[in-house]
Amino acid sequence: MLQKIRAFVIENYLFGEEGKLGNDDSFLESGIIDSTGVLELVRFLEATFGIKVADEELVPDNLDSLNKIVAFLQAKLPSSATVASSPSL
Amino acid sequence: MCGIAGSVQLRGASADRELLQHMIETIRYRGPDDVGIYSNGPVGLAHARLSIIDLAGGHQPMSIAKDSLWITFNGEIFNYVELREELIKKGHRFASSSDTEVILHLYQEDGERCVERLNGQWAFAIWDATKRKLFLSRDRFGVRPLYYTQTGDNFLFASGIKALLTCPEVESAIDLTAIDQIFTFWVTLSPRTAFRGIKQVPPGHSMVVQDGRITVRPYWKLDLVPRSDSGNASEEKLAEELLALLRDATEIRLRSDVPVGAYLSGGIDSTIITALVGKSAGDRLRTFSVGFEDSEFDESLYQREASLFLGTSHSDIRCHHQDIARVFPDVIWHTEQPVVRTAPAPLYLLSKLVHESGFKVVLSGEGADEMLGGYDIFKETKIRQFWSRRPESSCRPLLLKRLYPYMDNIQRQSLGYLKHFFHVTEQDLGSPFFSHLPRWDLTAKSKLFFSEATRTELASYDVIDDLQQELPEHYSSWPPFSRAEFLEAQYLLPGYILSSQGDRMAMAHAVEGRYPFLDHRVVEFATKLPINLKMKVLDQKYLLKRAVQGMIPESIRARHKQPYRAPEGRCFFGHKDGYVEDTLSPARIKQDGIFDPRATEALLQKFRSGRDTGVKDNMAFIGILSTTLLIDRFVRERGRPKAPYSATKDWLY
Repeated sequence: MLQKIRAFVIENYLFGEEGKLGNDDSFLESGIIDSTGVLELVRFLEATFGIKVADEELVPDNLDSLNKIVAFLQAKLPSSATVASSPSL
Repeated sequence: MCGIAGSVQLRGASADRELLQHMIETIRYRGPDDVGIYSNGPVGLAHARLSIIDLAGGHQPMSIAKDSLWITFNGEIFNYVELREELIKKGHRFASSSDTEVILHLYQEDGERCVERLNGQWAFAIWDATKRKLFLSRDRFGVRPLYYTQTGDNFLFASGIKALLTCPEVESAIDLTAIDQIFTFWVTLSPRTAFRGIKQVPPGHSMVVQDGRITVRPYWKLDLVPRSDSGNASEEKLAEELLALLRDATEIRLRSDVPVGAYLSGGIDSTIITALVGKSAGDRLRTFSVGFEDSEFDESLYQREASLFLGTSHSDIRCHHQDIARVFPDVIWHTEQPVVRTAPAPLYLLSKLVHESGFKVVLSGEGADEMLGGYDIFKETKIRQFWSRRPESSCRPLLLKRLYPYMDNIQRQSLGYLKHFFHVTEQDLGSPFFSHLPRWDLTAKSKLFFSEATRTELASYDVIDDLQQELPEHYSSWPPFSRAEFLEAQYLLPGYILSSQGDRMAMAHAVEGRYPFLDHRVVEFATKLPINLKMKVLDQKYLLKRAVQGMIPESIRARHKQPYRAPEGRCFFGHKDGYVEDTLSPARIKQDGIFDPRATEALLQKFRSGRDTGVKDNMAFIGILSTTLLIDRFVRERGRPKAPYSATKDWLY
């Protein structure tokens, strides 16, 4: 799960500059995600993990780093699909 | 409207007549009706004419005073009738009825200060043979272009950079500092252009070349001194005054010996101008507009409504995605600088329609948003300030949702994200650029695509510091709203709106734009208006809308500001004849060295795959594509036209 999300972020927002992204790095602080980027991310999560992100869930607490996304997904997905998040790089 | 070019040999050698011929030939599209060259000793002036006033008598370069004063002039002086009468009373005798000759006589009368009396849009050069002085000037808002450079002892100027590049000694290289500026502000900071060593006379400045020295001086400055209240004048009286000024500004912009049309965007400003023209332009005013196949950008319904209401004879074009991609390389040949938006392309197609309809002149609504409180960025500034006074408030940021109603990505954001995107932090509040930080920050994300070499070259340069250095003395004492107005009117207006979207697109098809809202009397009136009359609470263009009640359709008067936009990156993908793959191939990107080939390829892949793309992706893509096309046409081919105009019979004197 983490690897899939990381690959998406690197491909879509960092255009291959993978070395710079830590698992706890804030997408907002590091300028990775702009106002359109959040919706791109949500569409990716919905399509890839079969979930529906409600408008009120669209907050930095859920989506602002790789680990936060993993935690958010784990809470949303049925327990069998959970994957442990990785330590920060 | 015309194209001008010229040269002065600073150490007295003779002007190169053949070079002048090449220079003017390159920008002949600006003035296809006539051409002329004057050279004498060290000086040479060239002119390509689009005949609009005094069709028979306005040939240029023109001289008076027994050939001691010569001029090459691009533009219009709208108050030339009054100035001419005044000069005749003082004993001046005119050989023509053109505005060009008025400038010469006014210069003879007032010297360099003559420009302070002019109401118009101009770029000109006067050769004062007695004083051996070349005097150049550009209008207050930079409607008309004026570029210059120096190579050895030869000073060269022209309406287009491509004309300067016909001189083999002029270097043709992209200025990385300019790229850094464009990838932040969308514009270069004057006098810088996108090319190393080639400069522009800043708006509101004049220039003197004499005794081997070049001096540039301002003759007009945009000074924002809003009154805190309307004083003794009632709102109604101010609205009447504004309307009277606009009426006169429009009327004198109808002075022309050829028919005048108008652009209708579907917004309030161009509708007002069209309404003010009324019947003055003849039986039935011709109006022109651009509509989009893509409904997200299309304003055809409002355009038709305005046309119907005002009884104009209307023509429009329907712009498809592939049209934008098809003309984009030509568009960049005309903008002569990178752009981060495709919006100039539909205007290029629109001026073609105007030209093919037999029109040379159109009135347009530019300038109202900047000076009368129209842009959402002013509203955004007010809301951010209001929010910042109670940052913990959960209600105040919701006001941001009243901005950009057409942008789903803003409408769907939570408060947590909005706060970040709109920079409401203590540090940002203290910035002199508070209003523009979100926009510049978003644009600057495109620098992710700079190559290592570009980053190294720019490592010690800070664009924001550079801009801060040139702010007016009293800027910091102005209210944030006025600072935002200044940043729009001083930079984006001349550097992008009036140039890449304005003069360069219209003149590509020999069409002259005229802008009543940019009459300096209207602008000077607007600079003193209380801010709450420009935007009452969050009501944009409050006073203007009050002034025109009943004159335009109510649905247009009341509608939310819809900025002119065009479809972006997706236009360039999905059809076989695309040039993007060749232009942006990794080998080419590597060879040019400005952008990173791997990151650029990943960006292209994002577009190719049809995945969602955001604002910054699109700005980066258009920025990289336009820069690369500029390198193709100007660095590799030195700006040469693909199908040069052939010389006319009347080529030389």
